[in-house]
Amino acid sequence: MEDLSAQNITEIRWHGRGGQGAVASAQMFALAAIEDGKYAQAFPSFGPERRGAPVMAFTRISDEFIFIRSGITSPDIVVVLDPSVMSAVDTTEGLSPDGTLIVNTRKTISEVKQEFKISQKVCIVNASKIAHEEIGRPITNTTMMGALSRVSGLVSIDSLAKQVEEMFPQVAEKNVNAMKRAYSETILEGE
Amino acid sequence: MGKRVGLEVSFAISEAAKLCRPDVIAAYPITPQTHIVEELARMVADGELDSEFIMVESEHSAMSACCGASAAGARTFTATASQGLALMHEVLFIASGLRLPVVMAVANRALSAPLSIWGDQSDIMAERDCGWIQVFAETGQESFDLTIQSFKWAEDERVLTPSIVNIDGFTLSHVIEPLFVESQEDIDSFLPPFNPKLKLDPENPVSIGPVGFPEIYTEIKKQQNEAILGAYPVILEVWEDFALKFGRKYSPVEKFMTEDAEIIINLAGSISGTAKVAVSKMRKSGKKVGLLTTRLWRPYPFNDIRDAVQNAKAVAVVDRCLSFGGPGGPMCSELRSALYPLEKKPLTIGFIAGLGGRDVTIEDFTQIVEIAERALSEGFEEEYFMIGVRE
Repeated sequence: MEDLSAQNITEIRWHGRGGQGAVASAQMFALAAIEDGKYAQAFPSFGPERRGAPVMAFTRISDEFIFIRSGITSPDIVVVLDPSVMSAVDTTEGLSPDGTLIVNTRKTISEVKQEFKISQKVCIVNASKIAHEEIGRPITNTTMMGALSRVSGLVSIDSLAKQVEEMFPQVAEKNVNAMKRAYSETILEGE
Repeated sequence: MGKRVGLEVSFAISEAAKLCRPDVIAAYPITPQTHIVEELARMVADGELDSEFIMVESEHSAMSACCGASAAGARTFTATASQGLALMHEVLFIASGLRLPVVMAVANRALSAPLSIWGDQSDIMAERDCGWIQVFAETGQESFDLTIQSFKWAEDERVLTPSIVNIDGFTLSHVIEPLFVESQEDIDSFLPPFNPKLKLDPENPVSIGPVGFPEIYTEIKKQQNEAILGAYPVILEVWEDFALKFGRKYSPVEKFMTEDAEIIINLAGSISGTAKVAVSKMRKSGKKVGLLTTRLWRPYPFNDIRDAVQNAKAVAVVDRCLSFGGPGGPMCSELRSALYPLEKKPLTIGFIAGLGGRDVTIEDFTQIVEIAERALSEGFEEEYFMIGVRE
């Protein structure tokens, strides 16, 4: 019988505010991975959804079928779509010591680490600015997918672009541009 | 081989139902089932699915409309959850009593009060004795496959009994995951059209559902019970056909590392996946643990269960439902009584976990096995143990 004790799975938690598209990002990232032949799960934090309130969404990605179905409590990567969420909830809760936090922020990596006392690796991108310039709206979910693609290397920008085109056909081009810019403008700690 | 896609499990069920070409769908939305019927309504509205979609004002009406449609010879599908299933209660018995092969997906959810939209299996366990065939899915693929298979066994003229596919609300229904969606051509060749010998037809009038006087009621109930018991070999046949055609194998229970296991965990539904990981981890640390997942719940697979656990020292049955003031969870009660006549049998220990959306984790299964070990060595007085209670 198959030994499932050490499945190699990357667990991702998305933080945003209701209406910013955190759930859509979690889904598109999983769908792109599946399209690439990988295995993935995407799910929202279950419950009533309120526009503007802090929300979470989750993605699991692996090269093998994912058996576990409990919630994600110790993610490998946390993606923060909206910097204001960091003052409202502990976005590093459960983040593994060698995990990574990817933040949409105007601040520097050391400023973010100091302000929120973060010991894990931090990567930053000014996604609000990119989204404002490319999409014309401060909706950062597709932009942050670009940052996650760069940091994790799990899913290519081309695969993500396909999902964006499918989910938002009318505004796909602008979103893909924002995503590509975030991919190149994301700054990794220690880089 | 079908097309591999990433799909929310609710939509996978909608897709499966669509591929079965239902004549009538009657449903009322309720969390966490809503996506299933919402998607079917969209398919009908967009002309992708040629079905009569009956918008009803309640689940009571939904099941009533399903009964009428099925009695007229229509292939009929619906879906519900929790309070919606509870509201259907009296009509569920009419569908099974009249031998109407309606197929229904239930996105298992807790019952109020307190109000909870989250998952457990209290809703379906309250309908345990409604006379429907009942199966539990662990994955999106199983949800898709079991929906299609259900039409085949429900409509078989040796069975003619309605069938429920249970999926855990949210933790399965709202997850996007990869699965194979089969082609219309392949489903058409697997599932013949529904053509019952007896139906409501103005050209050939019959009465369906007259009074069952005391002189006949017992005999009809005996027949009904024989039909659902007789569904067992038909279900196995359907699974055999399905495996030949699509390559995916199903069985009434699924055994994971049970062969030499001293403690076997028994449960149903999507938490089975997490339990498999937990069992693998415990095996690594030298514990002889196994997992028995109940897929077929009605008809109850007595011999499959007995054979699977007979040589273990203990069975830890995990119910996501509590029978208040009773012996614990329904699955535990049934397993214990199935084992009772055996001369050599394992100790049966009941656990209640995952009520109202409470997460069931790897650590919970570790704790369950530790309690079972202690119960084996020291004995126990509790009727059952509740896991994950904050005190």
